[in-house]
Amino acid sequence: MRSIAASAHTEFAPSRRIDAGLFAGEDDFLRATRELRARGFEIVDAHTPHPVHGFDDAAGIRRSRLPAATLAAGVAGFALGTWLQVWTSARDWPVDVGGKPWNSMPAFLPVTFEITVLFAGLVTVGVLLCRSKLRPGKRAWLPDASVTDDRYALLVASPSGSHRAEEMAALWRGLGAERWFTAEDRP
Amino acid sequence: MSHAAAAATHATDALPPVIDGGKTLTDVTRDVFSPLERKASPAWKAGFAAALCALLLGVTAIGYQIATGIGTWGLNRTVGWAFDITNFVFWVGIGHAGTLISAVLLLFRQKWRTSINRSAEAMTIFAVMCAGIFPLIHMGRPWLAHWVFPYPNDRGTLWVNFRSPLLWDVFAIGTYFTISATFWYVGLIPDLATARDRAKEGLRKRILSLLSLGWDGSARTWSRYEVACTILAAIATPLVVSVHSVVSSDFATAVIPGWHATLFPPYFVLGAVFSGFAMVLTLLIVARKVMRLEAYITPRHIGAMCKVVVFTGSIVALAYLTELFTAWYSGNHYEKFVFLNRAFGPMAWAFWIMVTCNVVAPQLLWFRKVRSSVGAVFALSLVINVGMWFERFVIIVTSISRDFLPSSWSGYAPTLVEWATLVGSFGLFFTMFLLFCRYVPMIAASEVKTVLSDRKGEVRP
Repeated sequence: MRSIAASAHTEFAPSRRIDAGLFAGEDDFLRATRELRARGFEIVDAHTPHPVHGFDDAAGIRRSRLPAATLAAGVAGFALGTWLQVWTSARDWPVDVGGKPWNSMPAFLPVTFEITVLFAGLVTVGVLLCRSKLRPGKRAWLPDASVTDDRYALLVASPSGSHRAEEMAALWRGLGAERWFTAEDRP
Repeated sequence: MSHAAAAATHATDALPPVIDGGKTLTDVTRDVFSPLERKASPAWKAGFAAALCALLLGVTAIGYQIATGIGTWGLNRTVGWAFDITNFVFWVGIGHAGTLISAVLLLFRQKWRTSINRSAEAMTIFAVMCAGIFPLIHMGRPWLAHWVFPYPNDRGTLWVNFRSPLLWDVFAIGTYFTISATFWYVGLIPDLATARDRAKEGLRKRILSLLSLGWDGSARTWSRYEVACTILAAIATPLVVSVHSVVSSDFATAVIPGWHATLFPPYFVLGAVFSGFAMVLTLLIVARKVMRLEAYITPRHIGAMCKVVVFTGSIVALAYLTELFTAWYSGNHYEKFVFLNRAFGPMAWAFWIMVTCNVVAPQLLWFRKVRSSVGAVFALSLVINVGMWFERFVIIVTSISRDFLPSSWSGYAPTLVEWATLVGSFGLFFTMFLLFCRYVPMIAASEVKTVLSDRKGEVRP
């Protein structure tokens, strides 16, 4: 099974052929995913205009481990926020403000909380963009321009690359695909 | 979807469809994106011209005030805060509805939020921008505003006072703006990709390509993306509660009566949701007509928002009663005086406007007939925003104009510069919002498509 991190579109082994089928209906798309996976095809990826609930199960995609990054960043933010305030207010240059204690931990909580949330949020988005390889200037590869509109594209690789074009065509037709093609061109 | 699942969905979720008109995915794309590809309507141009004039008025007033000094305002030694901080809290409060719709309703899986969350979240960002102006200009020396940040400096190093709510505000508002803008932008990426794929070659397509970060609708990315959005929603929720709690602490942690109450955080947070939803209603009732999005922002959406308004408005009314009760029950004659002064003193007119607009008027929303009348709801939303502005004005000005020492008591009257600055903040807000309507997909199309697909098992009435 391909790792989630690998880009589906730029790192194909030259000998492996990727077949793509375009579906107008979400139900047909999901059914095709389950069918093809049951027949031993590898579900390389899909391109859809919206997240299709049920696709992850049908394709055997593991749930993202993004929350772990969020937690780590949040803990780091909490530590930084606490350290910043304790060091500046109780160690480096404590200033007597209304007789409040140098280490006013309860009063330090709002700023600590904000920094925790800031780190957690920004790192979550950063990891999302990195793992998904989204960046300004990246050219999107779409199997068809309609996948950001109203069509669902399924990309599969056959188990041994041995299915001939006619076999694939019959398969796609049977599964209800509108169009099908071999995805060989890369930008 | 299997029959059993579809039947279960239908049985447990027999609500009217989220979007009217039996829309397909193609319809959604067309309805959301074609307004961006048309020329601006005369209504948009007129609104934009008016907003821009108001903005220019505000910029002039602020320029004059910064060059000349805070003496151009009506503040005096007793009343040190008035319009400036009232406007700040007003705008921050308005921002909170956007985050509530985006984040909290996501966590509660309220599918109806998808038609309104993009514009509500945009409203949040613009409201926080307007809010941020006021702490900046109310400083005697705004060019030293960077002193609020803790950085090593040549003044000692003199660090900031982390024990002060005024400093907490810096971190709270800064974080709130950053996270809101991030959440909004991340939600926008798939729709920017759709706009990119519809655009003809040229500058517009290149800008959209840049901003959509190469989004290709990959299902693996969508999977990660949904997790990220849920995480952002989960952290934005306590964030929004904390931000307005921190802002309310500006008036909760002082010594003077009226600014010495533990009630303020929940009172202000729910008041913020109240005023924010009123502003969302004001904006979207107009926008849905002008942008022909009545099938997406339906009477059901308006009704749901009205229910939030009547609920939070009732809590605000309860907070007023609580203040009355604690003023009496405390036995503290300074606390009693604050309440009596607000209701019967020289600024009683402001207090009674507040009560009429925030307590009395929203009660009309208990009636279905009122909730279903878009015109009535629009009028009420304006009334509520006026009332909530006055609430902050009453809390701020009446408390400080008459505190412990009668010989220090003083009145307050705003100057033209302060009025112009207030008008200017509305100008900035509406300018930004109108630009948003014109250039950015107003409805989260990919989210609406997800809801349509999830609801496919239902039989439409």
